[in-house]
Amino acid sequence: MPRWLLRLSQKHETWLFVVIVILAAALAVVSPAFLTLRNAQDLLTANAFTAIMAAGLLLVLISGGIDISFTATATVAQYIAMTIANAHDVGWVGVLVIASVIGIALGLVNGLIIHVFHVRSIIATLGTLNAFYGLLVFFCRGNYIYTLPDWFDAGMNFFEFQDKSENYYSLNFQMISTALVLGIAWFILGRMRLGRQIVAFGGNPEAAERVGLPILRIQLFVYAWMGWCAGIASLAQAQLAQSIAPTVLVGRELDVLAAVVLGGASLAGGVGSVLGTVLGVTLIAILENGLILVGVSSYWSDFATGIVILIAVSATARRGVGNRLALA
Amino acid sequence: MAEFLALRRISKLYGGIAALHDLDFGLAVGEVHCLLGENGSGKSTLVKIISGVEQPEPGGEIAIEGRGVGRLTPARAAAYGVQVIYQDFSLFPNLTVAENVAAKAMTEGGILFDAREARAVATTAMARVNATLALDDLVGDLPIAQRQLVAICRALASKARLVIMDEPTASLTRHEVDALMRLVAQLKSEGVSIIFVSHRLDEVLEVAERVTVLRDGRSLGTFGKSEISKPMLSRLMTGAEFHYEAPRADFSKDPPVVSVTRLTRAGEYRDISFSVRPREIFAITGLLGSGRTELALSLFGITQPDSGAIEIDQRPVRFKSNRDAMANGVAYVPEDRLSLGLVLPQPIAGNLVLTLLRQLTRWFGLFDARARDGLVADWIRRLTIKVSDVNSPVRTLSGGNQQRVVLAKWLARKPKLLILDSPTVGVDISAKDGIYAVIATMAAQGVAIILISDEIPEALHHSHRVLVMRQGKEVRQFVSAETSERDLAEVVNA
Repeated sequence: MPRWLLRLSQKHETWLFVVIVILAAALAVVSPAFLTLRNAQDLLTANAFTAIMAAGLLLVLISGGIDISFTATATVAQYIAMTIANAHDVGWVGVLVIASVIGIALGLVNGLIIHVFHVRSIIATLGTLNAFYGLLVFFCRGNYIYTLPDWFDAGMNFFEFQDKSENYYSLNFQMISTALVLGIAWFILGRMRLGRQIVAFGGNPEAAERVGLPILRIQLFVYAWMGWCAGIASLAQAQLAQSIAPTVLVGRELDVLAAVVLGGASLAGGVGSVLGTVLGVTLIAILENGLILVGVSSYWSDFATGIVILIAVSATARRGVGNRLALA
Repeated sequence: MAEFLALRRISKLYGGIAALHDLDFGLAVGEVHCLLGENGSGKSTLVKIISGVEQPEPGGEIAIEGRGVGRLTPARAAAYGVQVIYQDFSLFPNLTVAENVAAKAMTEGGILFDAREARAVATTAMARVNATLALDDLVGDLPIAQRQLVAICRALASKARLVIMDEPTASLTRHEVDALMRLVAQLKSEGVSIIFVSHRLDEVLEVAERVTVLRDGRSLGTFGKSEISKPMLSRLMTGAEFHYEAPRADFSKDPPVVSVTRLTRAGEYRDISFSVRPREIFAITGLLGSGRTELALSLFGITQPDSGAIEIDQRPVRFKSNRDAMANGVAYVPEDRLSLGLVLPQPIAGNLVLTLLRQLTRWFGLFDARARDGLVADWIRRLTIKVSDVNSPVRTLSGGNQQRVVLAKWLARKPKLLILDSPTVGVDISAKDGIYAVIATMAAQGVAIILISDEIPEALHHSHRVLVMRQGKEVRQFVSAETSERDLAEVVNA
């Protein structure tokens, strides 16, 4: 085997990609509805929430932490942003700014708690998950928001067109924000000094301290980034749902975590890539989508997703990708 | 010679206890200076003070190149060119060689990470020490010796004027140690000062121009190369003189506890025959890969031999597992006491009785805590383990005391045959002495002992007979009291 092929075959992403191609090919044969532009439009729109959240969580996992409070952050962000949007004419820019500010602020709370009090990130964010969510439900009394401004309901659409059977297509807010967030995540990790610091810190926190990396800044940044992603994702979800329900997002943390871990990120920190995360989200998305198209009950699709994650993660562990860190 | 570093009246208290006491220390430019001392002598505290991790008590002075530096922080120490190579190297396993060496490119610079600059810095640093590592390999994939090289290159890339190496040879093979020594000589020739922290006398004698010996936080003086010798350093370090001689005794009339005939396991060892009698200490030595540990694992039932016979008390046995071996009175204390012998976060008492759970179990599977406490107290006394509280985690004990807990754990089962695999690895001289005393006591109580060791003096001076193995085969057996260290070394290294 040539060296480049060997290298490629050792990459987690390669195997994910191969599995996705095989699965997609199989689904295309079984269901004519799978490989259509219509389905692609739906998949991209419906999975924007998971993909944006995954980009956020990826950086947290690489830094060696974990965040499970982001669904609560998202709920708070969308509720407040859309309440304000219903009262004042703030427009798209306004809601984006409001959701971002709220997301970043709540993320900073997480980062501060974790850094200052040396609380394990899973415990800290388990606490803030309940605190953020509890406060919101208390103040809004669990009320849904059913009417949103018309401009928000209509969404943000470019390059709109309809095909012969009058199916509607566009480049929408969900797709744009997904691409943007993933692109920024890639740029941070691969090109920015801060990104390399995050990777280094996740690989060996003690060495990071000895070398003199700015640990407070790293911690604050990754949780604030996660919060910002939660803010953006919350709008993508609200626009798609055309309503705000305080109860629908909390509980979806583990779906996002599963996608990121499936994409090769290690819960031990230091390992993970944007490409892997994209592939992880994609695999879960087309698996669920395909099973529904084929007519399998949605309970079985949960089961199938679980099995795929178990197989992928066990295979990674066996190949020893994780051992590298144990040697540190 | 110009002085690079001078410490005056340095003390350090931890909770009222002096880790360093009124210490003076000087280091010349381009000097290789060894810091010698046992565990707990204050070596690491001194390193921490020089690298700015800890501040000395008021009154102490630190001067670099003749000028007082005031309060040192890690960043300020690094700015003066002080670089520490820690025992664990402090590298990033998930980053490339280039990124690790050019750690500066990560702490300083603009918003973007300059990968090209990092590679250039790494290439320059590696060229200085003639290192040939692939820049894009992940450090986590490298063997230990190469990781150490990466750590050294990182220090050089950070413009080191003083490199402190903390026990740098602890996990290197002889060949790798030689390469490190050449590197040290080269750094010296470039005017870099080196503080070499160690408790291994042989390498200290080999590398040092001057040696400062620490004991109990005090400096016992700094000595030039011509003044030092192994017995002198050993006496200074420990405050006691150790001299060992192989015990003389003939047990050949007693029936053997264990006898092994033509034992073979493919790829590990072949045609091994010997027997060990009660009260006898039988040493097995040989270089790495000689098959000694593999042989021991078969005697303890963890692996099964392909052919040959093992007899315990003159009855043939076939161990399917280590439980079988234990039931037949065989005990095994593994080499890596930290990872294999103890449950580190668990209390000392719990660890001690780990092998006795069945014996301490009463009706309905209930556990007899009072009987446990009695047993634990007894063993702590018999092996003189220094313990403040038997309920604190084993992790809190010093290395030598941890070793004794492992020994006690197995002795408490009253074994007939005790296999000790490299029992003194990583232990300092006085703790070693304690362990040898324990081994001798056990043998005197009637236990047959197999002592596996790659230290020739240890194998020779603490056994009645020695078996030398090479590449899985027996080379020769010696009667220890009739053999000289040199003769044994020649056979082992041949």
